[in-house]
Amino acid sequence: MRERFRWSILAAPLALIACSNTAEAPKSASAAAPAEKPAKLNKDPYPSTYKPYPGMATAIRNVTIFDGEGGRIDNGVVFFAGDKIQSVGGPDTPIPADIAVFDGAGKFVTPGIIDIHSHLGDYPTPSVAAHDDGNEATSPTTPEVWAEHSVWPQDPGFSRALANGGVTSLQVLPGSANLMGGRSVVLKNVYARTVQGMKFPGAPYGLKMACGENPKRVYGAKGRMPSTRMGNLAVNRQTWIKAQEYKKKRDSGKDFTRDIGMETLAGVLDGDIKIQNHCYRADEMAIVLDMAKEFGYKVSTFHHAVEAYKIGDLLKENDVCSAVWADWWGFKMEAYDAIPENAAILQNAGACVIIHSDDENQIQRLNQEAAKALANGRRMGFQISDADAIRWLTYNPAKALGIEKMTGSLKPGKMADVVLWNGNPLSVYSRPDKVWVDGALLFDASDAKRRPVSDFELGQPGEGDVK
Amino acid sequence: MKHLLFVAVAAIAIASPVSAETIAITGGKLVIGDGSAPVEGGTVVVRDGTVVAAGKNVAVPAGARTIDATGKWVTPGVFAGFSRLGLSEVDAVDGTNDKGGGKSGFSAAIDVAPAIDPFRSPIAVNRSAGVTRAVVAPDGGGSIFAGQGAIADLGADTEPVTKARAFQFAQFGEAGAAAAGGSRSGNYLHFRAMLREAQDHAAGGDAFDDDLLKKEDARVLQGVLRGEQRLLIHVEGANDMLRLLDLKREFPAIKMIFVGASEGWRVASQLAQAGVPVIASALNDLPATFEMLGATQSNIGRMKDAGVKVAIGMINDRDSHQLRYTTQYAGNLVSLQRVPRASGLTWDEAFAAISSAPAEILGFGDRLGSLKAGKAGDVVVWDGDPLELTSSPTHVLIDGIEQPLGNRQDRLRDRYRTPQEGNLPKAYEH
Repeated sequence: MRERFRWSILAAPLALIACSNTAEAPKSASAAAPAEKPAKLNKDPYPSTYKPYPGMATAIRNVTIFDGEGGRIDNGVVFFAGDKIQSVGGPDTPIPADIAVFDGAGKFVTPGIIDIHSHLGDYPTPSVAAHDDGNEATSPTTPEVWAEHSVWPQDPGFSRALANGGVTSLQVLPGSANLMGGRSVVLKNVYARTVQGMKFPGAPYGLKMACGENPKRVYGAKGRMPSTRMGNLAVNRQTWIKAQEYKKKRDSGKDFTRDIGMETLAGVLDGDIKIQNHCYRADEMAIVLDMAKEFGYKVSTFHHAVEAYKIGDLLKENDVCSAVWADWWGFKMEAYDAIPENAAILQNAGACVIIHSDDENQIQRLNQEAAKALANGRRMGFQISDADAIRWLTYNPAKALGIEKMTGSLKPGKMADVVLWNGNPLSVYSRPDKVWVDGALLFDASDAKRRPVSDFELGQPGEGDVK
Repeated sequence: MKHLLFVAVAAIAIASPVSAETIAITGGKLVIGDGSAPVEGGTVVVRDGTVVAAGKNVAVPAGARTIDATGKWVTPGVFAGFSRLGLSEVDAVDGTNDKGGGKSGFSAAIDVAPAIDPFRSPIAVNRSAGVTRAVVAPDGGGSIFAGQGAIADLGADTEPVTKARAFQFAQFGEAGAAAAGGSRSGNYLHFRAMLREAQDHAAGGDAFDDDLLKKEDARVLQGVLRGEQRLLIHVEGANDMLRLLDLKREFPAIKMIFVGASEGWRVASQLAQAGVPVIASALNDLPATFEMLGATQSNIGRMKDAGVKVAIGMINDRDSHQLRYTTQYAGNLVSLQRVPRASGLTWDEAFAAISSAPAEILGFGDRLGSLKAGKAGDVVVWDGDPLELTSSPTHVLIDGIEQPLGNRQDRLRDRYRTPQEGNLPKAYEH
């Protein structure tokens, strides 16, 4: 039930909505320039309306700090105000008078946890067919769809990820039925009436791509290409050639017909949109890296990279992150060689490691998944610090998403996305005590009112329960 | 690959000792598994496959092999309260997946025991994580009665089945409704009608018709009706649990056990009063379906507080491969004790929920699930707190036999410890 691979195809009604090759100009009025140059594109037609919620200037003192970039401070101070981190340091760090001060004895502070791979909102709970909005499984390449147009902001899962997992930012991706599944969206984990009210301001878009079993099975079963891994590559390459031609036309200065799918692919070739590539097997990742070179784009991250450990050197050399589970394995053929030491071997090889969830339950325990991956590495004799493991959940995903200058670590000037844990977050016995997003206290374990309750759960059994 | 895998596993099996020896595990922090507090510096003695003594002042018999557990923890093996272990190698590869029998034409008569394959890699992987016994159930199929499950051990030998046909597995609620034609009305009607057919078959003569049951199915259900075979029922919603309690009054001999039970806390007093034990999912806290609207991680703690007999199980939650999550789930329930308004378990209760409680609920409390004298010698030595994420077994005994802890994942780990290839391709590193 919960091992959901996000490629189930119950999306027939959605096909009616898919609308590629439209030549219409964007209707958004936000780019209000006179229309003498119609080709001038509005790159942000569904702009973020998220604004930080009001917060109090706050300091936590006498606390163990993992800064997200591999640093640890014992008996430290974190001070944030005006939605930004102001200072982080040892016990002598000055704390202004007249602000809220929490004693962190026995507690730990980390940056807000970031899940680079989530389907909250586009495969929300309740997991009914009417909510299957993650795979536009009607064509193997659908770069024209945008995950944000599927996200249901009332998914109860957002609140669990916040309260139990300390998740403050997440990337919501299309599923993996398609080779090119569409644009991802990065969200602040803050309930809003609209998805625009959740969008992470200034976060680059991603393009979800998928290797391997899923696309070839989904389309092979329909008697269409691709039905093989070589078919996967062929369709990808043909599509990238079209994207290169489109980009050339677009850049020529002459009139051209807009194509929203091609706009996304051209955005990848421009370096504006990051490739988030579902890919299990090592050999397929290596093929994708060559394909990226062939067409002049960069892969940000291989997701579900269960065999990344086999090519840690290659991934390091190509500066590609691997987003992995601690220990998922055996649910399908391309997950057969998954091992619990994957993350640790990558770390030891100097490659970029991210622990991700792809799951509405494990997103609540990413800290625990990192702890398991860390322990497995230490058992091999690798020297990996607790602070390194926290980096797998904070700075590394931020960097892979292109938001590392804004969040992902506790550095002055960054967003005050902060989790106070009631113990070491790498222990099974620890839970978030308080979670701040942009300096606003949005979860407090000891205050039932500081626990979000989505519209869906109002008036239902268990409304406002601890969950 | 298949050939290599077989050879590797076979080699492990041959290498393991064939007969049980006398083993004393000394000096560790000893957990009996019955809910009592751990004992520092305890000793466990296992002889001829069975625990002969465990406690603080237990003498080491002459000639016993001693395992020094100083600085370590010693516990009964983890008893996975619900699984499909041994029924699948790769879930999405049909030929390796024996979880479902729904298309066989049979229902209650299906018996998973012969399909439990001790050479499946999930057996070795979960054994090395300290899981020694498991409830193994068939997947739900085309009938509300999905067939007979077994109690299995995870030993590296050729006989994985502790008890075949230990229980019948049935589905209620959404899954049951789907199997019964699309509604809960059909679900309850099927339940009564199938049991009635089984009664008719028992009565002999012309009364039996095979509308719903084959003769084999009818024979098996007679055992359920008489209470000789326990009935594990997957049910999630509060109302479905209440209606099942109604059915229990109608068929008082049936020994019902609820599985999943995400909304159990809402009817906890009724469950306690009816004496229906629960093998519950530990961490469900999302309204995955409309029968799980009330799901909360506090479910088990609240049921326990109300007097319900509860164990942890992992129905439909990676239940063929990841029974190694069982300790993590139990640890999470301990963590809830420090969350305001939440209900968790004490450490001692949590460990009992993954050792003695499932054994007792399944009717094996006299033989399995704790380190009391006379129980099977399923013992695990851990390098730390067994519920903590960083801990791992250093020794695993099943039926008194020390088990190999290697598995296929370790082989891959060792081959790729350094990813680069050397003077020969990786294929030559073995």
